[in-house]
Amino acid sequence: MAVMMYWEALQRAQDEEMTRDPLVIVMGEDVGVAGGTYKATKGLYDKYGAERVIDTPISENGFTGLAIGASFIGVRPVIEIMSVNFAWLAMDQIFNSAAKVRYMSGGQLTAPVVIRSPGGTAHQLGAQHSARMEKVFMGIAGLRVVTPSTPKQAYGMLKAAIRCNDPVFINEHELMYNMKGEVPDGDYFHPLEGSEVARPGRDVTLFGYNISVHWCLEAAEFLATHHGIDCEVVDLFTLSPLDRAGIKASVSKTHRAVIAEEAEAPVGVGSEVIAIINEECFFELDAAPLRVSAKNVPIPYNHKLEKAAIPSAKDVVHAVLKMFGK
Amino acid sequence: MTPANKKRVLREMLFARRFEERCYEAYVERKIGGFLHLYPGQEACAQGVMEAARPGHDYVITGYRDHIHAIKCGADPKAVMAELYGKETGSSKGRGGSMHIFDVEHHFMGGYALVGGPFPLAAGIAKGLKMKGSDAISICFLGDAANNQGTFHESLNMAKVWNLPVLYVCENNLYGIGTRIDRSTAVVDQYKRVCGYDIPAAQVDGQDVEVVYQAAKTAVDHVRSGKGPYFLELMTYRYRGHSMSDSNAYRAKDEERMWGKRDPIIILRDRLVDAGEISLDDYKAMDTEILHQIESEIIKFAEESPEPSVDELEKYVLADNDPYVRGGVR
Repeated sequence: MAVMMYWEALQRAQDEEMTRDPLVIVMGEDVGVAGGTYKATKGLYDKYGAERVIDTPISENGFTGLAIGASFIGVRPVIEIMSVNFAWLAMDQIFNSAAKVRYMSGGQLTAPVVIRSPGGTAHQLGAQHSARMEKVFMGIAGLRVVTPSTPKQAYGMLKAAIRCNDPVFINEHELMYNMKGEVPDGDYFHPLEGSEVARPGRDVTLFGYNISVHWCLEAAEFLATHHGIDCEVVDLFTLSPLDRAGIKASVSKTHRAVIAEEAEAPVGVGSEVIAIINEECFFELDAAPLRVSAKNVPIPYNHKLEKAAIPSAKDVVHAVLKMFGK
Repeated sequence: MTPANKKRVLREMLFARRFEERCYEAYVERKIGGFLHLYPGQEACAQGVMEAARPGHDYVITGYRDHIHAIKCGADPKAVMAELYGKETGSSKGRGGSMHIFDVEHHFMGGYALVGGPFPLAAGIAKGLKMKGSDAISICFLGDAANNQGTFHESLNMAKVWNLPVLYVCENNLYGIGTRIDRSTAVVDQYKRVCGYDIPAAQVDGQDVEVVYQAAKTAVDHVRSGKGPYFLELMTYRYRGHSMSDSNAYRAKDEERMWGKRDPIIILRDRLVDAGEISLDDYKAMDTEILHQIESEIIKFAEESPEPSVDELEKYVLADNDPYVRGGVR
């Protein structure tokens, strides 16, 4: 196992898949000559050339639609949308073309595109560069949504997504590209469905995904040390379809649930997980589940306001203590 | 076009007219649901372009007025009608409907119901064809009103920058839903808008199938020879409203009468009669035979086919048993 950064894991996955299959291409703003805003496509332009590593015009709906059309006849495009905020512009093609074409053609056509995009709140980027949109993507039939929390997942999910015959949206995070972690040396394909226990525990399940998995792990450490509460942390690396069995198994074991999400609460991952708990294992609960979510505001520029809008490990700790009456 | 070809073309355009008129009847009878956008008046457009292209080899994509384009690519009219009836034997197994006819085997890549949606998809198909070294081209048929979507401009730009083998055919029927073009569009001649992307463009009479064929031949040759995209504007008119839910009250009767005199089928028929290639009796016999075929084969097939099973409601949402979904593949 080599230790590498999250962006290096993404770069390696694309490099290996491009070497294997000449129909794998990479498209996006500044992915080529500039090597990618977050370096995820570094070096690929020099190695594979302008026909396969394509610097696009700033036309998100246009180039996303173009990639989808190419995928209809066997091309395997990996689209990088520089910020998930810009993906709003490409929603028409993602939802109306990629997600629906298999169904409305009676299974004749499929759009095996991969759309990668950082979708978190970084540092003072303001309202139009800080939105979290995973809640929007996960509500659409015909689209897979995954969100890697580690370099290993980033590598293995991107490899699997490129080979998978469905359209896959990969929700990344601006603040995680330099995170280090172990990545298997050979080909490794991470599942595109399911969840995993990132830390086993007995007393309460903390559900997280992407960056919030790390808040949950930090909170679990603190709660174990200072309050003797043994938290289980479940990494919901797949947001669509959510892992009903995994959610049920953990809640049936701990009987308590806290869901941590960086996005605002309404119509979010937390609401959906609580709905699944109600449907699958309501009578296992010893306490009402809680959500730790962002404030329902456009993200402000001022650093204090921005921090106040977005949850953290501390908020997860507070939610657990509240649940235990402490 | 040879005389034999012209006779076949006349028959095919008349078939298209009668097919669509029969759809109208079936809709009134409530055999067809949803929205239904019909093609009468515009037959020479799809016909003339596909005469110049290689149906079944070249890739075609369009909007929701798509029945005839699918049939021109080689789709079985029985499967198209069955799709309108929502049957399992339909071209999209009853999951698509009128606006989503697909026949991938014949390279008909679908009808799409978001105006302007197919522009970038067509460019993408062209990108794939170029990567694969194919001599097929991508052909996108859309109406004039689609050109007011951003995808028009984004796609023309990319098609030119990347020199993609795509032919954009604009069927200019002068109305975007119920709004006349000069009330919605700053530049009424659509081919003029394309010069901003340095793409060759032409505007011709879309009611004369021979004129369409000649112009399309130039366009198709340009694209197939690797010179990049081309834009062909065909001036045409639809006889019915935008869709079946359109009362068509917004058009002047004089305008309708004027275009009615330029019917693409009558223009070719009269030319063939004048040249002594066919008689009016031959034409009537052809019409009778087409009406019989539509009733005894196509409608019968659609009527008698089974509906999809509700047990298969969730089929086709995602790929079945994709090995990479579960992970652990080596």
